[in-house]
Amino acid sequence: MDVVAKAWTWLATGSHWAGPDGVWHRLGQHLFLTFVCLAISCAVALPIAVALGHIGKGGALAVNISNAGRAVPTFAVLVLLLLSPLGTHGQWPTIIALVLFAVPPLLTNAYVGVREADREVVEAARGMGMTGGQLIRRVELPLAFPLVMTGVRTAAVQVVATATLAALPGGGGLGRIITAGFRLTDTPQVVAGAVLVAALALVVEGVFVVLGWVLDPMRRRTGRRAAARLPADQAPQSPALTA
Amino acid sequence: MADGNCLISNEWICGEYVRTRGQELTDATLEHVWITLASVAIGLVVAFPLALLARRWRVVAGPVLGMTTILYTVPSLAMFSLLLPVFGVSAAVVITGLVLYSLTILVRNIMAGLASVPEEAREAARGMGYGPLRLLFGVELPLALPALMAGLRITTVSTVSLTTVGAIIGYGGLGNLIYEGMRSFFKAEVLTASVLCVALAVVADLLLLALQRLLTPWARKSRKGTT
Repeated sequence: MDVVAKAWTWLATGSHWAGPDGVWHRLGQHLFLTFVCLAISCAVALPIAVALGHIGKGGALAVNISNAGRAVPTFAVLVLLLLSPLGTHGQWPTIIALVLFAVPPLLTNAYVGVREADREVVEAARGMGMTGGQLIRRVELPLAFPLVMTGVRTAAVQVVATATLAALPGGGGLGRIITAGFRLTDTPQVVAGAVLVAALALVVEGVFVVLGWVLDPMRRRTGRRAAARLPADQAPQSPALTA
Repeated sequence: MADGNCLISNEWICGEYVRTRGQELTDATLEHVWITLASVAIGLVVAFPLALLARRWRVVAGPVLGMTTILYTVPSLAMFSLLLPVFGVSAAVVITGLVLYSLTILVRNIMAGLASVPEEAREAARGMGYGPLRLLFGVELPLALPALMAGLRITTVSTVSLTTVGAIIGYGGLGNLIYEGMRSFFKAEVLTASVLCVALAVVADLLLLALQRLLTPWARKSRKGTT
């Protein structure tokens, strides 16, 4: 495969990594966008999801918002926002689109996590006289942690993917290397850019898998139960169980 | 000329656009539909044996599920770009990418469906002299249908939405119109194509739901507790 060799040469060329169109700068933009948008989405979605899960209301909302997020094409939203009055405000259309698509997985997973925290444990805690706030902080959140992290991980991967697409309407990030390659009909550059984007997505996924494992508050206390919970953790991703 | 006003003033909603570009919209919708249909159909054909293999040999299950998860992580723009040198500029790039995405959910759901078949049903069928093939297609597959159909619905809806990204190489169905509208700042074109795309996803979902009801009449009865 000639293209693979040429793509490798592209990646190995130092000048492609430097400057405002270089890989480092684009990677910086991509990471900046990812973290800012992920932080905003978490700040918006997680409190709502935990509150709804705690009082046990809004389950239909949590499921439907997830389905809607799947049906609406990211590309369409990016372009619609660009053409809207917001389009003239620099990065804002991209940031809004990224947040919009990061919210559904966060909301659904955190809601299900809190909602399905072991009811017996929750009842016991309530019987011990815990207030609502204590219940959330000391019982429901630690129990829901694996699912909350699944949501954060899914959202992070979604943000990386959407930020790539944002290059089509002219946003920053690694996607620009791909779109520039298309404009120049330079297939090796397209492939090199795609390899970088795919690698970034996999690294982000990997980082959050490790984070979820390391930060799990229940890991040390009940190692065996955490392992037994694994299949349930994948429940929201496994459509058979949510549909 | 009064009718052409919304085209000139570049409004979001423009009846004149729909009237004058009806052909363009129909063609794009048809392309969208056949790319989606081809991807989901091929996805099913590939996912089914993969799920059977993963069920038969546990050694296969790990790598199959791992690979499909990794594929799902790759952003769509990168996926299509990586497939570009393999197929050149053709619909095969988009369809292959969409098939690879569909495997994640389809394989998982087919496996979940087959795992949910009660052992007694299998035993009864074997006792009645069912061979392995007849057992699979006559007993296990029908009982696995609810999970399979749920996966099929999710896959179809996300495939409809992801097809738009195919516009990068000119095979994106309605995505082509969104791409074109983006370059010329043509609001009516972008909005009309986007709305059609969402409508397509909703219609496909409802059709599959109806098909599921039709194929599993016992599921409705069991809710009332008769079986």
